[in-house]
Amino acid sequence: MTAATRWEHFPHGADIGVRGLGATLEQAFEQAALALTAVIVDPAAVAPKEAIHLFCEAPDDELLLVDWLNALIYEMVTRNMLFSRFEVHLDEEHLSAQAWGEALETGRHHPAVEVKGATYTALSVARQPDGGWLAQCVVDV
Amino acid sequence: MDLALFERESDFKWRIKPFGRMRVPGVIFASETLLREMDAKVYEQVTNVAMLPGIVEASYAMPDAHWGYGFPIGGVAAFDADAGGVVSAGGVGFDISCGVRTLHTGLHLEDIKAVRERLADALYHNIPAGLGSTGVIRLKNAEMGAMLHGGARWAVEQGFGTQTDLERIEEGGCMRGADAAQVSEQAKKRQRDEMGTLGSGNHYLEIQLVTDVYAPEIAAAFGVQVGDVVVSIHCGSRGLGHQIGTEFLKRMVLSAAKFGIELPDRELACAPIDSPLGQEYLGAMRAAVNCALANRQILTHLTREVFSQVLPQSRLPLLYDVSHNTCKVEEHQVDGKTKKLYVHRKGATRAFGPKHPDLPAALRDAGQPVLIGGSMGTASYILAGTEQGMQLAYGSACHGAGRAMSRHQALRNWSGRNVVDELGGRGILIRSPSMRGVAEEAPGAYKDVSAVVDSAESAGLARKVARVVPLICIKG
Repeated sequence: MTAATRWEHFPHGADIGVRGLGATLEQAFEQAALALTAVIVDPAAVAPKEAIHLFCEAPDDELLLVDWLNALIYEMVTRNMLFSRFEVHLDEEHLSAQAWGEALETGRHHPAVEVKGATYTALSVARQPDGGWLAQCVVDV
Repeated sequence: MDLALFERESDFKWRIKPFGRMRVPGVIFASETLLREMDAKVYEQVTNVAMLPGIVEASYAMPDAHWGYGFPIGGVAAFDADAGGVVSAGGVGFDISCGVRTLHTGLHLEDIKAVRERLADALYHNIPAGLGSTGVIRLKNAEMGAMLHGGARWAVEQGFGTQTDLERIEEGGCMRGADAAQVSEQAKKRQRDEMGTLGSGNHYLEIQLVTDVYAPEIAAAFGVQVGDVVVSIHCGSRGLGHQIGTEFLKRMVLSAAKFGIELPDRELACAPIDSPLGQEYLGAMRAAVNCALANRQILTHLTREVFSQVLPQSRLPLLYDVSHNTCKVEEHQVDGKTKKLYVHRKGATRAFGPKHPDLPAALRDAGQPVLIGGSMGTASYILAGTEQGMQLAYGSACHGAGRAMSRHQALRNWSGRNVVDELGGRGILIRSPSMRGVAEEAPGAYKDVSAVVDSAESAGLARKVARVVPLICIKG
């Protein structure tokens, strides 16, 4: 059985929830990252030209998801980049990843909003009935 | 919201009796209609906050309360350090000291009619707004430290504004007890290019017209009359505050067990006020407050530059500057005794009543100006703190309209272009780098700010002074 690999948004009062689904936990984290990009811009409009490396650690999968998204938010702001392709490796409490993207060009990307941070609200990393993984939380915009 | 969950104390005050691990009651200030429409999550979050160690009297929510992170947006709670009280990064939020300031212009509608388009374009050109915009100054390390300790005072020393601005800002423009050493290098790096930027989301700069005055004496003390044109700026501590919030939230979540704190929700992450972590957070959070005050001060300077070019006869003194997401040490009366409390206001405005020693002399008889932002197409309000409000919720009031629907739903209902055209038809000029952002912030996505303000007044939290409507809106 192959679980669907995809991302989606879910509503939260003032903000927005990001959700990644995948056959593996890594894929769910990658899809959640795509959902994060999609809060700001259409991921299809971001060319995966340049790669950066990221590392995070946290004592459980849920805190690790929040750390992963916050690390991406930090890289987006300080490098003035957007990302559209992700490769995540998980090893217990450690996450290492590559993210591919390009420099933000306001005139071309028309970013909708800036993400302030990933939160612990509606935070869940869990196995799905279909055997796949779900990784989600609300992000503050 | 199910009204059966509450005891009706008055038409505008609803009490939740303590149950389970709640240490104090919950209290929501709202009309029956607003309470009925309020998200049920607010009830859950108000009761969760009531479980935190050292909370004093009650866990409060303002009439604009909605589902937040840990604390409801519109939540107010005070903690006593002597009773094991905590400081909560979640109780302050990510956008530390996000707030509103309003400037007079000395102008009337007819003065700006002929130059409205030019003024809108010049403001849009000169006020950095939206994702990826950078500020006019780039801070080196030493300057960053000075800014984090000095706040708006630092900005004035750099030539952004005047000394007289400072007395019209909470804390005189400079939050004491800031500690730049507790602000991480990452947070500083995130801020390096963001000084004097508006940000995005619900942040804006608006040119507004005063349409109504409800309390003429107070309005006179505030210098506000029907027909006046004013400027309001809504923004916060930018990337620095967001990064501090992110980092301390995690540290507080991870150390809660060590402090023996059982968190009903991880987002309520907190630490004892008297712990090293609590003190480190307070130092960093106060530095972020100063960052927000400096940021609004620089934006004020940029706004004045634009006005001096387009409308040289204008003068833009500051009416007042309020912060929404803070934890402040204040003295309040508890059971007839003066107590030093750590008052968290998350999406709530400080609203000190008349005679409060922290108010500048010119405003002391009138009470603190409370600046309430609406959505792009609706009204905003100027309120004043009351004597009664000091007893109700530590001198606190609502902060805005609050969203009525998600961003997702808003995108389904409106397109940015339609919103701009529709508001244009009503004489409101919108300038924004993002049409999707405009759609997500469509006026219809927000609750009726008038109902919120009326509830705040009826509850006694603050008094309505004036109503303003937008003429030009620069949306981040």
